[in-house]
Amino acid sequence: MSEPTIYELSSPGRVGVQYPEVGVPLSSLPDELVRKDLPLPELSELDVVRHFTNISHLNYSVDGGFYPLGSCTMKYNPKVNEETARFPGFTLTHPLQPEETVQGNLALMYTLQEWLKEISGFSGVSLQPAAGAHGELAGVLIIRAYHRANGDEKRTKIIIPDSAHGTNPASSVMSGFDVVSAPTDKRGNADLNVLKTLCDDTLAGIMLTNPNTLGLFDENVLEVVKMVHEAGGLVYGDGANMNALLGIVKPGELGIDVMHFNLHKTFSTPHGGGGPGSGPVAVNDKLVDFLPGPLVEIIEEGTDEVPPLFGLVMPPKSIGRMKSFYGHFGIFVRAYTYIAMHGAKGMRSIAEHAVLNANYILSKIKNTYTVPYKRICMHEFVVEGVIRDASGVHALDIAKRLIDYGYHPPTNYFPLIVHEALMIEPTETENKATLDDFSQALIKIAEEAKTQPDLLHTAPHNTPVKRLDEVKAARDLVMCCTIPDK
Amino acid sequence: MFIPHTNEEREEMLRDIGVKKIEDLFCDVPQDYRFPKLDLPEPLTEMEAVTHLQELAMANESTRELVCFLGAGAYNHYIPAAVDSLLRRGEFYTAYTPYQPEVSQGTLQAIFEYQSLISALTGMDVCNASHYDGASATAEAGIMAYHHFRGKRTKFVLSPSINPQYRDTFRTYLGGNESLKIVGDQGSNPLLTPDELASQIDDETALVMVQYPDFFGRIFSLSQLAEKTHAAGALFGVVVNPIALGLLTPPGEFGADIVVGEGQPLGIPLSYGGPYLGIFATKQEFVRKIAGRLVGETVDTDGKRGFVLTLTAREQHIRREKATSNICSNQGLMALASTVYMSLLGKQGMHRVAETCYHRAHYAAEKLKQNKKYKVHTSQPFFHEFVVETTQPLSHINAHLLEHGILGGYDLEQDYPSLKNHMLLAVTEMNSKEEIDYLIDVLEEIGNE
Repeated sequence: MSEPTIYELSSPGRVGVQYPEVGVPLSSLPDELVRKDLPLPELSELDVVRHFTNISHLNYSVDGGFYPLGSCTMKYNPKVNEETARFPGFTLTHPLQPEETVQGNLALMYTLQEWLKEISGFSGVSLQPAAGAHGELAGVLIIRAYHRANGDEKRTKIIIPDSAHGTNPASSVMSGFDVVSAPTDKRGNADLNVLKTLCDDTLAGIMLTNPNTLGLFDENVLEVVKMVHEAGGLVYGDGANMNALLGIVKPGELGIDVMHFNLHKTFSTPHGGGGPGSGPVAVNDKLVDFLPGPLVEIIEEGTDEVPPLFGLVMPPKSIGRMKSFYGHFGIFVRAYTYIAMHGAKGMRSIAEHAVLNANYILSKIKNTYTVPYKRICMHEFVVEGVIRDASGVHALDIAKRLIDYGYHPPTNYFPLIVHEALMIEPTETENKATLDDFSQALIKIAEEAKTQPDLLHTAPHNTPVKRLDEVKAARDLVMCCTIPDK
Repeated sequence: MFIPHTNEEREEMLRDIGVKKIEDLFCDVPQDYRFPKLDLPEPLTEMEAVTHLQELAMANESTRELVCFLGAGAYNHYIPAAVDSLLRRGEFYTAYTPYQPEVSQGTLQAIFEYQSLISALTGMDVCNASHYDGASATAEAGIMAYHHFRGKRTKFVLSPSINPQYRDTFRTYLGGNESLKIVGDQGSNPLLTPDELASQIDDETALVMVQYPDFFGRIFSLSQLAEKTHAAGALFGVVVNPIALGLLTPPGEFGADIVVGEGQPLGIPLSYGGPYLGIFATKQEFVRKIAGRLVGETVDTDGKRGFVLTLTAREQHIRREKATSNICSNQGLMALASTVYMSLLGKQGMHRVAETCYHRAHYAAEKLKQNKKYKVHTSQPFFHEFVVETTQPLSHINAHLLEHGILGGYDLEQDYPSLKNHMLLAVTEMNSKEEIDYLIDVLEEIGNE
């Protein structure tokens, strides 16, 4: 039996929450402005609580099990973050309150800006972008604004390596650029010979993910940066994989000009079933004036007795606003709490153990699965999801069979440049026993692929639903439910 | 704490990998830049962190201490306890985007129900799984209209009474393309009526967009503007306040092609501006043009009902540079909050909250009108908010209100230079009659100075 929808649970006349009486004289409202029908369901509070509790049980989650979803950094989300983000002093502040009444919020945002600058080696940070892709869009718009401010309007080309996240090309096109794809070389680095041919006076910049989506640190990064800069272009760093770099290297020091963070990956804020994320954008000296805003700055320096006065300031040549207000403040509180509890040593330890865990799984399965680039990996790695002597088995089958073993599948079919890719990112918060068991499951599945391939084709077997008919969903397009006719 | 490795385990793992020490794993990072010093404060324990964060939170004055009459895009509504209680379930908040539907039916069904509720509330056919907030959803409406006309129509008519931050965001998003013209909101009269806006529409126009109720709280009948927009072949977009739709005719009934809005009033805390929820709904005929995630109903191999992400071929991870939007993550958990909120309030509760806001705002306006020092704009029905013209500078008035524990109205001059000494006062169901009377008393006191 599938779980009924809230509309199917509805019963006329029920109400889940009582409100006080209107309590003032009533005013008139022209009839044409009043809606005739409000087709919303009617449920009691328990109906609602039970319904959402029951459907929550149908989800796999980090709290429930290992979630090695490559490129998503599904690390543990500390419970204390959820406490601090809910302090009434934070949640009950209005974004347009006078600045003197929200100095706590502004101090927190200012400090987070400073910490992110220190961790990444950049000189300016805007916390405003709401997600990674939003930070990317901001970053590319900054590149555009920079070239325009220099009167350099012929620069319309952005180079994007073929291993990049799909958001990179989409963000570039949204910003009015032409995208040129660049290949990856035999060691999994950006191909310098091809890049050389693309670096000309129409180059606006390159979008570099490092470590790249193969989980490899680009060994040519300094040459790439030099080449692009010499051609007059800027280097965008996709910070989605920052979990591998905390305390290991500062992207800003490598010569990257602009980068976004994913607070929901690197800094432990929860993924929330698809959001809210948070994607602050960081830049070096020459781009600080272009940041989206407002930013938090010190308006009046403090003294020993008096704290500084913080205020909101729009950068002089800002690309403008990316959204309302100042960004996902509730997410900032979580990331701030996380960084405050780690310090410098803790930051480095996060990256070290994330990389240790990835290499450990790789060492366990590298003789069973084909590894396209045989190098030490960073926080994640990619293998081919095909098994010798089991030709009918695909990455998808392996992914689905892992569910039977109690794991969330890795990212599959990405990056596109690896055949039948399975992308595995364990994160630093998983213990050795979990990694051992997971590696064993992968080895066992490889064996099953040869002896009982149907077990894989029909997987998963014990989930609330089995494989779903995606063709039917796209053809019928049922995207709403209503109150059933009784 | 959060890293579980014992020394023995670490040694064993390094041995299995075939390196001596953990530093050896970073040999690909250029040596001169490896292991930089990070100047961060000494780490806090959980206990210390809680105390420290508590201090920061206490350095604010919140709506717990202050009586709030501030709106202008974020509204102080009551959030029933069950909303956050359900949001705190790890099954929901520690999951990711439901790429694996067999183990994500909870998130998928919740989004499906969200789509259903928003479609019902707005009177539209379909709704996506959300955008970042009202501002970014408004900008996405512009992008959708641009793609709908394949770039052939290049003019966007925005009413000046759309939230100024939404219009700014619209310009940021569409600023990459210099051939586009964004007009309508740059004239001298910010209080334009829909009829006056209609003169800007021509056959170059891709999208005409208004807010309902508008940024000044005013409610206009928009059917005629919708007709004029459609007569010119353009799309009609409406920015809504979802709470108002508990009472008002939904835009789907007067010809809206795209409805966007800020979902924060639906059970999401003010939280200093975010995270909020971007509502985006449209007609069935545009479903393939919509950005962001969509959930559809289907069946599994046993014929059992289930839900999946559908029409994914539109999205960036497949279309890359050909995708119409770069959106990847959305506001999943905030959409869940609003779904729980709307389910709890239901048909009766949503109507009750809306009518309470309506009547209390009118009560406040009528009472304030009796004082000749304040000119209250009430010629048009309004929701949540109304404009008050004062004889004294707003900074002075708001400072005085703050001394009396009141968070005063929004200073409209910040966005509209011609509206000097104009304040936007907001009233919700959270403001009791006593609070409203108190506000009026304090305002009278200032007026008599």
